Amino acid sequence: MTTAVQANATVEKVIRRFGERVVLDQLDLAIGHEELVVLLGPSGCGKSTLLRLLAGLDRPDGGRVEVPTKRAVVFQADRLLPWQRVVRNVSLGLRGPDATTKARHTLAEVGLAGRENAWPKQLSGGEAQRVALARALVSEPELVLLDEPFAALDAITRLRMHDLVRNLRRNHHAAMLLVTHDVDEAIALADRIVVMSAGRIGSSHDVTLSAADRESSIAREHLRAALLADLGLAVNH
Amino acid sequence: MTALIEAPIAAAERPTRPRDVFLPTGSRSTSRLAKLRKRLSWPLGIYTTPLAILVLWEILAETKILKPTYAPAPTSIAHTAVDLWNRGVLGPDLAVSLRRAAIGLALGLSVGVVIGVIGGLLRTGEYLFNGVVQIFNTIPLLAVLPVMIVWFGIDETPKILVIAFGAFVPMYLNLFAAIRGVDQRLIEMARTTGAGTWRLVTRVLVPGALPGFLVGLRFSLAYSILGLVAAETINADKGLGFMITQGETYLQTNQVYVGLVIYSILGLLADQIVRILERVLLRWRPSYEAS
Repeated sequence: MTTAVQANATVEKVIRRFGERVVLDQLDLAIGHEELVVLLGPSGCGKSTLLRLLAGLDRPDGGRVEVPTKRAVVFQADRLLPWQRVVRNVSLGLRGPDATTKARHTLAEVGLAGRENAWPKQLSGGEAQRVALARALVSEPELVLLDEPFAALDAITRLRMHDLVRNLRRNHHAAMLLVTHDVDEAIALADRIVVMSAGRIGSSHDVTLSAADRESSIAREHLRAALLADLGLAVNH
Repeated sequence: MTALIEAPIAAAERPTRPRDVFLPTGSRSTSRLAKLRKRLSWPLGIYTTPLAILVLWEILAETKILKPTYAPAPTSIAHTAVDLWNRGVLGPDLAVSLRRAAIGLALGLSVGVVIGVIGGLLRTGEYLFNGVVQIFNTIPLLAVLPVMIVWFGIDETPKILVIAFGAFVPMYLNLFAAIRGVDQRLIEMARTTGAGTWRLVTRVLVPGALPGFLVGLRFSLAYSILGLVAAETINADKGLGFMITQGETYLQTNQVYVGLVIYSILGLLADQIVRILERVLLRWRPSYEAS
C-alpha cells in the first residue's frame, strides 16, 4: 500500500452507517499522486458513499478522511445548470478576470470548442458529460472524483469518453478516483483497481498493461476473470 | 438457414396487414390552396371567440333584443369612453387608479421579494416570516379592507395598502417555495466546484427560482387589480371604481361598462408583461413558448 506521506488522499478506518446498516466498515484506502484508482463494486455496495465522503459532501461516523482542498467531482448525471450557457457552467467555481478564457480553453480540451454559448438542454448526453468533465478540470484540482460518470452514456460514446480521459491525464496531473460497476471500463482506464466487498476494500490489482494490451490480451482476460471472481461472479467452466 | 426459406412467405403476406406510412409534412406536400384555407380558417387565433361574442352582442343590442340599460352595444360603450375622455372624466380617473396600482404593487412586490428571498435562503428567515404569511394567506383580500379603513380612514393609504397586501402574499409564498424547490443536486454540485455563497445565490438559487418568481408575479398582478377594484368601489371619490359606482348610481350602464373594459385591458396588459418577462428570462427553457 502507498504510504500516507506520499498519498494524495487517504481514508483510514472509515465507518459510515445509515440507521442499522453499516455501509462502510473500517475501510482503508490511499490514492497516490497522479494515480487513477478505479473503485469497482456492484450497485449499493457503498462506492458512492465513499466517494461522497472524499468529496466532503458527507461526514464519516468514525475514522478519518484526508483529501486535498483543491478537488472536483464529476457526477453520474451531468448536473449542469440549465439556465446558464455552457461556458458559464464551466466557469462556475472560478474567480478572476481570466475565468472565461480558462473555461473556453478547457472546453476546447474536451472537444467542445464552438459550443461555448449553447444551452445545456441543446447538448447530447455525451456532450453534457464532457462539459461536466471540463467543469471539474478547469480549476486544476489535485483530486478528481468521478461517480459512475459514463454509466448513462451509450457504449460508443463511453469508449470515446475513455479516450478523452486518457488524453486529459497527459495535461492534467491530478489523482483520480473513478467509481464504476463496469469491469471493462475499469480495465480500460485504471492504474489500480480496487474491489469493494462487505464495506471494505476486498482486493487490489495494479494494472500495468499497455494501451493495446488493455484492449485485448491474455493478461487482460486473466485480470478480467480475477475481477469477476472478486465480485462473486466467477464462472465455472 | 430456415430464416432464408421463410422470408419470401413473410413478404408475400405483408400487404394484408395494415401499415402506416409517414411522409414529410412540410410546405412542399400542401398545395397553395390548402395553405390559404388554413390561414383563413383561424385568422384571429385565440381572439376568434371574443370577437364573435362582440359581433353577436352588437347585433343583439342594435336589434333591441338586449336593453341598453342591461348591456349597451359595444360601439355605444366605445362612444361613451371617447365622450368621457373628452369631458375630462376618464383621463384623471384612470391616472389616479394607475398611480394607486403602481405604488401598491411596488410596495407589495418589494416587500414580498425581500422577505421571500430571506425566508427562502435562511432557516431563521423561514421561522420569522413563514407562519405570519401563511396566516395572511388565509385572510380573504376583501376582508382586509374594512380594517384598513378603520385604521387609515378613507384617503389613499388604505387603498394602496390593500393593493400591496394583495401583491405581497402570493409573491412571498411563490418565491419562498421556488427557492426551496431548487434542485438539491445542483446546489451540491455548485459547492463541489468551490463556488462561494454569493455565487451559489446568484448563479444557482436566484435563476433556479425565477420560474416560481414569475408565477408569483402573475398572481400578484391579478390580486393587486382585485384589491384596486375593491378599494375603489367601496370607498372612493375618484378613480375607475368611483367612475363605475357613479355610473351605477345614475343608471349610466355605459359608464359601468367602460370601467369594466378598462379593468380587463389592465389585466391583459399585466399578463402580457409577465409573458414577455418569461420569454426573456426563461430563454434556457425549451418549453418557454408553451407557458
